[in-house]
Amino acid sequence: MKRFLSGDEALAEGVRLARPQVISAYPITPQTVVVERLSEMVESGELAAEYVHVESEHSALSCAIGASATGARTFTATSSQGLLYMAECLTYASGGRYPIVMMNANRSTALPWNIYGDQRDSLALLDHGWIQVYAENNQEALDLALMAYAVAEDARVRTPVMVNLDGFALTHTYETVDVPTSAQADAFLPPYDGAGNRFDFEHPVNIGFSAGPEYNRYFKYWEHRDMLDAPGVIDEVEARFAEVFGRAYPGMIECVNCEDANVVLVTLGSAAGLVRGVVAKLREQGVRAGMLRIRYLRPMPSALIAEALRGVRAVGVLEKDISFGAEGTVFTNVNSALHQAGVTSPTYNFIGGLGGDDISEAQVIGMFKVLLDASEGTIDLPRVSFLGIDSPVDAAAPSCHPERSAQREVEGSRSASATAAPKEAN
Amino acid sequence: MPVNAKTISDDEFFFGHKACAGCGGSLAVRAALKVLGPNAVAALPAGCMSAVGFNFPQLAFANNAMITPFAATASVLTGIEAGLRAQGKKPDDCTVVGFAGDGGTADIGLQALSGAIDRNDDVLYICYDNEAYMNTGIQKSSLTPFGAKTTTTPAGANAHGCLTQKKNLFEIVAAHGIPYAATASVGYLNDFIRKVERARDIRGTRYLHVIAPCPTGWGCDVDETVDIAKDIVDTGLWYLAEYEGEQLCGQPGGRFKLNRNPREFASVEAYLRRQGRFKSLTNEEIVQVEAGRNATWETIRRTWIV
Repeated sequence: MKRFLSGDEALAEGVRLARPQVISAYPITPQTVVVERLSEMVESGELAAEYVHVESEHSALSCAIGASATGARTFTATSSQGLLYMAECLTYASGGRYPIVMMNANRSTALPWNIYGDQRDSLALLDHGWIQVYAENNQEALDLALMAYAVAEDARVRTPVMVNLDGFALTHTYETVDVPTSAQADAFLPPYDGAGNRFDFEHPVNIGFSAGPEYNRYFKYWEHRDMLDAPGVIDEVEARFAEVFGRAYPGMIECVNCEDANVVLVTLGSAAGLVRGVVAKLREQGVRAGMLRIRYLRPMPSALIAEALRGVRAVGVLEKDISFGAEGTVFTNVNSALHQAGVTSPTYNFIGGLGGDDISEAQVIGMFKVLLDASEGTIDLPRVSFLGIDSPVDAAAPSCHPERSAQREVEGSRSASATAAPKEAN
Repeated sequence: MPVNAKTISDDEFFFGHKACAGCGGSLAVRAALKVLGPNAVAALPAGCMSAVGFNFPQLAFANNAMITPFAATASVLTGIEAGLRAQGKKPDDCTVVGFAGDGGTADIGLQALSGAIDRNDDVLYICYDNEAYMNTGIQKSSLTPFGAKTTTTPAGANAHGCLTQKKNLFEIVAAHGIPYAATASVGYLNDFIRKVERARDIRGTRYLHVIAPCPTGWGCDVDETVDIAKDIVDTGLWYLAEYEGEQLCGQPGGRFKLNRNPREFASVEAYLRRQGRFKSLTNEEIVQVEAGRNATWETIRRTWIV
């Protein structure tokens, strides 16, 4: 059934269809609507689940861990500081191989305090052993809620999954979403069979134990190896999903016009919607532009990314993140993928959208323009630049809208005084 | 037949662990699991009992058991209970039980514990109180008593060990209106066993706070554990009591009950002097400890059912 839903609502519908048995919930903007909707579904009886009002994010994930240890299907959701607050529990969940699904509303991290979207929260926790997937739109958010359980619970993977939705850009933006029937969802997602990794009253087990230096490496090795096996499982799950629901997904990454592209912009999350539109326009103008959307950042689809970008003259990576003192984390990962595969295309990092800052269509056009210029050697493009501050992108962005030009003039004067801008927040 | 020292099960559920000789905490866990039986599901945070009991491949719990994040004993218990109930596979005689130390309970785990009591989740939380972070090497917690030397409250020329008083966690827990809470000591094992049994048969959140001496941290001989655990009760520096919430006793606000009311207190000075951790206390400071004890008991005797 087609419904007009926000990303949070769509995700909640997906969770309802997945029939989690325990939901632990603690509110944080912009995730709140997810836990509100789920509480209503439990209240109305649409969803038969234990809904636990925990007193913190730390307890939200801990509660999910306890429930998962009993073999229950579990769900929780968080964002930003909440994700960071529960960070230590992430490694308990992944190391314990509890197939929890958690939604994260991508949001900026303090300070300065900011409730709007960027991706520094989840990217800061890339190394905590969770599968990380990024939705582009609300339909994908709903569908990922279902597919995430199928991947997480697969005996070959048995690893928790974090489903990321850009704060506000997805969580609070309404789109038409096809909500499948429960019968379809049940046909796709069977009940969780946690055998071998849960409490057993016939044969009691000690799980989530400690392992010293002589054994620890084996647990970590298999955690890594099983994560590496996830892409094959993801492909299977998506194929089955397409059979049941008639919607196909492209796997770990999505390539749009990459085959013959001179310049490609790599991105993830909702920004891909904008880039996708710009690529279509540029193609109409005869520009060989392409987009590579990273859907799964863990496990890292290194080989797929490298092959898609082989022969591209200039690669841009657009991300809402900065690893201070280094570069964008996605950029680091993409560069590593290219280097390992011997792909020598020059790469450039565009940092934008921090703290909910808008990334405009004009800026995306500007990114392609400077990438083309860089590929022809006509400009010296910095490896890492910040949109709206020190990036040549803004000067290259077309002023197709008078009001935006005016806005850019204001922003231009702001960036001219960037060094005088506030540097500290308390 | 009630469980006591004579009738308690010969089955063991916590053995083959590597606790120190004379460990009071392991005694509490062992006795409690005997009362709770094979269908108990145990969760333990970082701390002595998880450090000694969960060393892969030597796993020391005969019942279902798991390690939790340090701050999360209570919230993991909540999850276990909810998970079993949601799947309809919680055996009738299954107690979901947590064993956390004093730091894991009164410091880092207090928020989660408060949350579980607020929700009145059907779990039993047992705090084995050895009065400091013993697993990490004897650092002060909020349940370390005044005057105790720890590795973070050194006894020097300016300060004689811990400068703060032991947090009154029993009454903090009771103030939530919990169905059942009790204090105990491994020195009075029958009393502890009786309380575990009583807590086992009550629904909702239950909390037991059991004093469990640590010879390593307290500076006493390994065969003195039980005797010192008796002594702390006999001196009045700890008490054996119960709190019954309104749902249990029918009285608005619930009621406190004192289980042991010594006619005469044993010597505080002798209790303190027999432990290395208190050896820097001056006579004046010992008088101060006694005065604090007297004030506490004046209130207890006046307001609790004796």
